[in-house]
Amino acid sequence: MRTGSIGRFPLFAVFAVMSLLFLLAACGSDPTATPTIAPAATNTPTATPRSTPTPTTPGQATPTPTQPAGAKVEVCPTQRVKGLTGAGATFPFPLYSKMFDEYNKVCGVKVNYQSIGSGGGIRQLQARTVDFGGSDGIMTAQQKAEAAGGPVLHVPMVAGAVAVIYNLPGIPSGAVKLDPDVLVDIYLKKITKWNDPRIAALNSGVSLPNSDIAVVHRSDGSGTTYIFTSYLSAVSDAWKNGPGAATSVNWPGDIGGQGNAGVAGQVRQIPGAIGYVELAYAHQNNLTYAQLKNSSGKYVEPSLETAKFAADVPTLPDHMEVVIVNSSNPNAYPITGFTWLLIYENQADAAKADAVARLAWWMIHDGQQYAVPLDYVPLEGAAVTKVENLIKKIKVNGQPVIK
Amino acid sequence: MEVGDMGLPKPVARESVESLRSSKSLTPTRRSHLSDRIFFHVTRSLAVLVLILSLLLVFELLRGSAEARAEFGIGFIWGTTWDPVAEQFSTLPTITGTLAKAFLSLLIAVPVSLGTAIFLAIYAPRWIRTPLSYIVESLASIPSVIIGLWGLFIMVPVVRVLQIWLKDNFGWFPLFSGPAIFGVGVLAAGIILAIMITPIIAAISRDVIRTVPRAQMEGLLALGATRWEAIWKVVLPYGRAGIIGAVILGLGRAVGETMAVTMVGGNAFKLVTSLFDPVHSMASQIASEFTEADSNLYVSSLIYVGLVLFAITVVIEIVAQLMIWRITKGQGEARHQA
Repeated sequence: MRTGSIGRFPLFAVFAVMSLLFLLAACGSDPTATPTIAPAATNTPTATPRSTPTPTTPGQATPTPTQPAGAKVEVCPTQRVKGLTGAGATFPFPLYSKMFDEYNKVCGVKVNYQSIGSGGGIRQLQARTVDFGGSDGIMTAQQKAEAAGGPVLHVPMVAGAVAVIYNLPGIPSGAVKLDPDVLVDIYLKKITKWNDPRIAALNSGVSLPNSDIAVVHRSDGSGTTYIFTSYLSAVSDAWKNGPGAATSVNWPGDIGGQGNAGVAGQVRQIPGAIGYVELAYAHQNNLTYAQLKNSSGKYVEPSLETAKFAADVPTLPDHMEVVIVNSSNPNAYPITGFTWLLIYENQADAAKADAVARLAWWMIHDGQQYAVPLDYVPLEGAAVTKVENLIKKIKVNGQPVIK
Repeated sequence: MEVGDMGLPKPVARESVESLRSSKSLTPTRRSHLSDRIFFHVTRSLAVLVLILSLLLVFELLRGSAEARAEFGIGFIWGTTWDPVAEQFSTLPTITGTLAKAFLSLLIAVPVSLGTAIFLAIYAPRWIRTPLSYIVESLASIPSVIIGLWGLFIMVPVVRVLQIWLKDNFGWFPLFSGPAIFGVGVLAAGIILAIMITPIIAAISRDVIRTVPRAQMEGLLALGATRWEAIWKVVLPYGRAGIIGAVILGLGRAVGETMAVTMVGGNAFKLVTSLFDPVHSMASQIASEFTEADSNLYVSSLIYVGLVLFAITVVIEIVAQLMIWRITKGQGEARHQA
């Protein structure tokens, strides 16, 4: 037996060495990969020209060339803050990391954002362990009461849309039309067949199969679920008084998928499945999505253009703590919502307050150019002015940081 | 006496240390060497550290779940509602889901891994034993998220076809009455868990079987028994305790496994009644919902789920120890391989 264990050593070693070589080969390809990424990063046309003219000398309020006319606000911290920390929502993380990367090039300020989820972001903001939080949802009254630093501003950064996706063999993307009542009843499991008369009535000309509807939802808590369930609650009392709106709810429906990929994976595989994912995810993966009837009775496909209209309404409140689902704009895609930065209105540290306010200011102006390439809905029109006014509310000792 | 000087041959090392321990010759005395005493204290404090860590864990679980325990009490365990909006939490569907998946996986994995272990330890010629052992062992080190993704995209479609066939032909059987078309569910999760725990059980069982003295088996063969009889009558009974230990280790992983079952389980918070029903598990639920849990009671309830999960693993461990104790009782010396 002992000779056996010695005897197997060489063969074992051969296997070990082979796998090591394989690993080394995999690692070896990395250094060659990095340089190809690096020039691509410096090639971004917007970054290089802008970083040169921006003065790093504090105090001088020289507007950068790309600054919109009229808004003469210095975008870099004026009091030598070199780093900020934030934590929260995962949904805007790809955009935020791009924005913070660019902001670092412009101002030399490192922003460390941990995408730990909206719930975690709110908790860290309440405990004041971060300079700002990120959230896909509005803080509840109780959460606001538990915030150690007093009133919290909800500063919208971008909007995101949620697409309803389906898997009906032979039926192309955009062919199926749904109205709010039907969508709610599908998710309440009151409509269980695709050829239900109520679905058929909306889709004359589409041959709907006699198959069961497999209803897929997100099993993990998420901002996508928050926007989606907020919409269902906005259009239906039965939903509002039943499952309700939150980052995760008590689903009547069938299957939970982990993340956008999980939901999309289930819907793609199961004939007759319906689900919901972020618009960006639906676009990038060419998923088949439904048209939705908005509050004006118009059928709208989910896209950045149609989602943009959702925030373009005259009735936005000044505090912007509003879920813009089921927008009154006649061209709007109805399942759209903001994602917010959470910032304390009254700050103690003047330098930090200045830095956070100017970061937020930069994000809603210059930073917005990175939204569309990453499939986020930029702020436009009336919303921008409202958000500017919100940022101007950030105060130290009663004095606004940005006037 | 230096520890390194003992120079004991490998096969008898375990018995020798056991006998040394019982003869007290390793317990340091005044006259013993300084390095011996240092080594004794180092090992003792490391053992105490492990104990303190697990006590801290229990304490943290109790502290974190205090709010939920005060709110829902023991009824948390048999309630069937999980409603973050109304802040009503209880966990029976995930308990049953976790156990259903874990035991189904044992049902699949134990025969497969025992067969593998016996083949590797007894039948396999050396040229195939080494690569096969290596493959089995490296299977155990594949990250569960990789297995989960493979499960979702490759295995689940196959399971779906199987489920539809089972339902068409044996749909009268209650376990096959669920929604076959989903593909994800108890069956898929059980299979993926079986794949994950097979290497563990197989590797440990192989080592256990190889510690069975060859003379025992050869003696039976000399008496005219077939190889199969020798394995069945001598090798397996001799290694029972160790094999049960291996199975329990596998069960422990199956109960606590998170990522892979999240991907193929279907994650519906419902009591399972058939093999095809989507199923949620406790570990998946904690991992999925913790980041976005936004109220204190919600977070506390998730920690409460963790506490219940911890209690379940402790119970499994106790049952395993009792089984091993009953088996080894009266067999002369105790052999705790696990």
